[in-house]
Amino acid sequence: MATHSTTAPHEGHLTTTTGLDHRKLLMWTFLASECLFFGALIATFLLFKDASVSGPTPQEVLNIPVTSTSTFVLLTSSLTMVLALAAIQRGDIVSGRVWILATAVLGATFLGFQVFEFKEFIDAGLKPSTNVFGASFFTLTGFHGAHVTLGVIWLMSLFIYSFKSKDGIPVTKSLDVELAGLYWHFVDIVWVVIFTVVYLIGSLE
Amino acid sequence: MQHNENEPVEQHDSVHPSPAKYIQIAVILTLITAFEVAIYYVEAISKEAFITIFLGMSVVKFIIVAMFYMHLKFDSRLLTMLFVAGLVLATFILVTLGALFGIFT
Repeated sequence: MATHSTTAPHEGHLTTTTGLDHRKLLMWTFLASECLFFGALIATFLLFKDASVSGPTPQEVLNIPVTSTSTFVLLTSSLTMVLALAAIQRGDIVSGRVWILATAVLGATFLGFQVFEFKEFIDAGLKPSTNVFGASFFTLTGFHGAHVTLGVIWLMSLFIYSFKSKDGIPVTKSLDVELAGLYWHFVDIVWVVIFTVVYLIGSLE
Repeated sequence: MQHNENEPVEQHDSVHPSPAKYIQIAVILTLITAFEVAIYYVEAISKEAFITIFLGMSVVKFIIVAMFYMHLKFDSRLLTMLFVAGLVLATFILVTLGALFGIFT
C-alpha cells in the first residue's frame, strides 16, 4: 500500500498509561457505545417494519434511486473528510479548510435529501404516528440525521476555528480534526448499514 | 513547524495512506454501492440471495471505512478491540431480539 509519513509527532511522546491520547480513547469508547444505540434502533425497525396493520408499507414509500444518491453524497463526504485530515497533517492550510468545508456542505446536502424524503413520506400519508413502520423508520433515520446535523455543526466550527490564526489548524492540533473525522466516518458507516437494512432489504417484497 | 515544549504533544500515526489511496478506496466504495443498487433491480434473484449479497457487501464497506478512513488498520489494537466489542454487543442485541420476536422466520 502506498503510504506517506505525516509531519506530526510520532507515537511514544504521550505519557498516558495506554500510550494513547485520552480524547481519542474517549471518542472510540463513545463510538462503541453508539454501535449499541444504533444496533437497538435497527433491531427495533426490523421488528416493526412488517408489523403494521395499515399502510403505507416500506414497499410503497421507499425510494431507492433518491436514497442511493444521498448515500453516494455521504460516502463522498467521508473521502473529503479524510483528505482534510491528510492536508492538515502535512501543514496544507488552504486544502485543509477547503476539504473541511466540502465535507460540511456534502453533509448538509445529505440532510437536504433526508428532509425531501421525509416530506415525500408525509405527503404519501406516512407519519411517525401512522403505523409502527413509520414510528420505527422516523426514529432510526431521524436519530441518524440528528447525528449528521451535529457533525455538520462540528465541522463548521472547525472551519471557523481555522481562521482564528493565519496558520489555520496547526499540525500539533490535528487531533481536533481527527476526532471530528472519526465521528463523521462513524455516521457514514452507520448509514451504510441503514441503507442496506432499511432501504434495500426493507423494501424487498 | 516548531513545536512549543510547553504545549502538549498529540498522538498521531507515523504512516497513513496517501491521498491517492484514499481516492482509490472511495472509488471501490462507490462501485460496491452501485453494484448493490444495480442488482436490486434484478428480478431473477431470490429474496434470501438478495439479503446475503446486500449484507455481505455492507460488511465489506463497513470494514473498508473503519480500517482505512478511520485508520484502525494503522492505530493501536486497543482501539480496534474497543470498537469491535461495541459491534459484537450490538450484533448480539440484534440477533437476540430477532430470535425472540421471529425476525428471521
